[in-house]
Amino acid sequence: MTTLTMKVNGKTRTGDAEGRTLLVQFLRDELELTGTHVGCDTSQCGACVVHVNGKPVKSCTMFANEADGAEIVTIEGQAAEDGTLTAVQQAFQDHHGLQCGFCTPGMVMSATALLKENPKPTEADIRHYLEGNICRCTGYHNIIKAIYAASGQDVSSIAAE
Amino acid sequence: MPKDGIGASTKRREDIRFLTGNGNYTDDINMHGQTYAHFLRSDIAHGKINNIDTSAASEMPGVLRIFTAADFEEKGGIPCGWQVTDRFGEVMQEPKHPILAEGKVRHVGDPIAVVVAESLEQARDAAEAIELDIEELEPVLNMKEAIKDGATKVHDDLTSNLCYDWGFVEENREAVDEAIKNAHHVTTLELVNNRLVANPMEPRVAVGDYNRSNDEFTLYTTSQNPHVIRLLMGAFVLNIPEHKLRVVAPDVGGGFGTKIFHYAEEAFVTWASKVLNRPVKWTSTRSEAFISDAHGRDHVTKIELALDENHMFTAVRTDTYANMGAYLSTFAPSIPTWLHGTLMAGNYTTPLVYVNVKAVFTNTTPVDAYRGAGRPEATFQLERVVDKAARELGVDPAELRRKNFIKPEQFPYDTPVAVTYDTGNYHATLDKALEMTDYAGFEARAAESKARGKLRGYGLAHFIEACGIAPSNLVGQLGARAGLYESATVRVNATGSISVMTGSHSHGQGHETTFAQVVAEMIGIPADQIDIVHGDTSKVPMGMGTYGSRSIAVGGSAMVRATEKIINKAKKIAAHLLEASEGDIELKDGQFTVAGTDKSLAWGEVTLAAYVPHNYPLESLEPGLEETAFYDPSNFTYPSGAYICEVEVDPDTGKVDILSFTTADDFGNIINPMVVEGQVHGGVAQGIGQAMLENVTYDENGQLLTGSFMDYAMPRASDLPMYSTDHSCQTPCTHNPLGVKGCGEAGAIGSPPAVVNAVIDALQRGGYNVDHIDMPVSPSRVWSAMQKG
Ligand code: FES
Ligand code: FES
Repeated sequence: MTTLTMKVNGKTRTGDAEGRTLLVQFLRDELELTGTHVGCDTSQCGACVVHVNGKPVKSCTMFANEADGAEIVTIEGQAAEDGTLTAVQQAFQDHHGLQCGFCTPGMVMSATALLKENPKPTEADIRHYLEGNICRCTGYHNIIKAIYAASGQDVSSIAAE
Repeated sequence: MPKDGIGASTKRREDIRFLTGNGNYTDDINMHGQTYAHFLRSDIAHGKINNIDTSAASEMPGVLRIFTAADFEEKGGIPCGWQVTDRFGEVMQEPKHPILAEGKVRHVGDPIAVVVAESLEQARDAAEAIELDIEELEPVLNMKEAIKDGATKVHDDLTSNLCYDWGFVEENREAVDEAIKNAHHVTTLELVNNRLVANPMEPRVAVGDYNRSNDEFTLYTTSQNPHVIRLLMGAFVLNIPEHKLRVVAPDVGGGFGTKIFHYAEEAFVTWASKVLNRPVKWTSTRSEAFISDAHGRDHVTKIELALDENHMFTAVRTDTYANMGAYLSTFAPSIPTWLHGTLMAGNYTTPLVYVNVKAVFTNTTPVDAYRGAGRPEATFQLERVVDKAARELGVDPAELRRKNFIKPEQFPYDTPVAVTYDTGNYHATLDKALEMTDYAGFEARAAESKARGKLRGYGLAHFIEACGIAPSNLVGQLGARAGLYESATVRVNATGSISVMTGSHSHGQGHETTFAQVVAEMIGIPADQIDIVHGDTSKVPMGMGTYGSRSIAVGGSAMVRATEKIINKAKKIAAHLLEASEGDIELKDGQFTVAGTDKSLAWGEVTLAAYVPHNYPLESLEPGLEETAFYDPSNFTYPSGAYICEVEVDPDTGKVDILSFTTADDFGNIINPMVVEGQVHGGVAQGIGQAMLENVTYDENGQLLTGSFMDYAMPRASDLPMYSTDHSCQTPCTHNPLGVKGCGEAGAIGSPPAVVNAVIDALQRGGYNVDHIDMPVSPSRVWSAMQKG
């Protein structure tokens, strides 16, 4: 076991990890941040996406000790203290971009990263960017709409209302 | 109507917790003193267990105990909830399904032993040290071979691998044969309905917690129906009386059928928590889910459609081999029979139908309900064979369907397969879909594709489903071992806010929002005054849960009945307070008024009087305002719709692109259009997944080749189009109070034949003589078919 320290959602957090502990296990089990989910064991589903030093990362692909000293942002760090949702979160609710909610944390973290890299993505850009995020519930239609709307573009241009 | 009443696209309240990481899924639950279970599973399909040596493993660090079948000798097996009677009047063959493999392993993934340790890593490490002596036996994989005389048996104590040979309607067998023999034209189609894995994004999880102080067990589990689990596990497996067993299904990350069933892991953690006197947690990995979650579909079918000289359907005969896998999962026997055969009339007036289904045991993971469950299999074969008939006869597929549709004035319509459709208007949904897709303009679009070297195809399917399962007395006759009613308790609090405890369960459907809309509409108070409570047997009345698109049709009806009781009682209280006669009291917008006067009372004043009964008719009325209703439907509901897919095939590679997907559904009345559309989107995506991408593949040794998201092609964002949906054609259900039919499965039922019909249309227009390709219509299958055609 080693003791790791990282800045998570703006706060300094420490916890213990074995060499084989994945970042996602560390976040969920050690720091009790259970908003980040585990949907697979082959790094395919994206339910575990968090931001590590500003970049979207599947937290199941990284050992916790590789993130020692890093700056991590998870789904719990998105909404403001008073509960106000970010534009991406709000758009997911407005456009019914989630059903069971299990893929949602990863979707929101990926979408937020996409809009940072590409503030006005096309529908194709969004679909391409979400290659690593699987949703079994929504058929993606409303996720695409939500992200498009969050970018400030008019969703009626990609889908009939 | 209150702002968030029936018909409003109210935004979902549950979204807030999911969007902020505050959901409470089963794997998010950690108990004080928790231990971890790891299941050692068979890595061969069929074998005789000679010895399991756990001695070295037991000495590994952190190991608390290792369990094998010997520890469960006193316990029951995992029960099956439906007993099918075969066409000779004999009940099906029903093998024991032990919690851990007894004597033999019967599929890759069959659990052999469980290690419980202080940490998950320790449990896994120890499992690797268990020494197994298992003698490999020949695996039983091919269904037709499996039921031949002398075939190796999956279960040595059964007479064969045939679970049942079911015929329906057996009395029609000869008449159907005769009609086919004498038909003007017979179209025949042999097809495979490919095996799928439901793959909700949340893998299954179970946490067992025994409390020694009161001898109570609590199981937290990823279930669509906690009461069903309590009933099956308590009564049949562990012998725990219901009042000592609480089952909680908190936020559940998708179900699609595979979380209906009672699984061995649930029984294991519950029982082991008492043996160890510590909470025991098991979390499935995705790889484990692929080999231990019940799979779906897997039918091999031959269907024949007979037509007369006017192209009217005169008979349908279909023969299906249905794979049960190695054991009978909870509802498995009912899927290829009662949920499949009863739909073989489709939307048509076909007078004679005969369905034969042979259910077969194989050395594969058990197969059970997956979104649509039996109805996609019925719809796929029927809508494919109708399309094939239209092509053989050179008539327009839409016209052939229209001609054979049950006409709007024929409802209620008695089908020859035992069900009575209450309402429908198939002409309306078909016309709507044709209009939405500009059918008339297709030729021009096809020409434009051709100019780019692509083959464009237009595929239509029209479906019917039986939802809102089900009338208890009817399903009892058909072999169900439980009732299929639903329950609700409406608890009005003193200040007028309401908690509704429903036996339905939401695992993505949005009941917390939509159910509240219904009660808000009935009482006329804002929806945010109403909470929907579900998923905990200690809180909600005995309910049967959510599957078969039954939540609003059955659970919603129970809630309506309970709310009616509330309103009746509240009116009595209001009449007393307003000194008026009960018959003159009206409730509107949360106000009680007396007809013809200006006297009124607010909802909250009446509810307060119910709990502070100082001025109250105590001699004739009990205080309090809480009512329960159990609702047993008198019939199934019959959603229907027309689905149209337009594709482009690349003739050089066989790659299929979906250009558009259009749905025109008749769900009867709908509560929240936004949620309904979302359900259709998700269903269509799964149907397109089945048609184009997904396929469970076993090799000749029974090894699962598609055991992870690396090899099993889940639909991703870039595989799917935007969808055009419509639900304006509404023929309300006549036998439930909301006039609703249910919408959860439609998308997965109607879409696969629409996709395949479109691909065949494209190929035939391109001059290829291809009349069928089995799903998934992958580039290699399409390309190979083109080389032969
Ligand atoms: S859990 Fe990380 S990609 Fe699936
Ligand atoms: S909302 Fe359920 S997996 Fe995406």
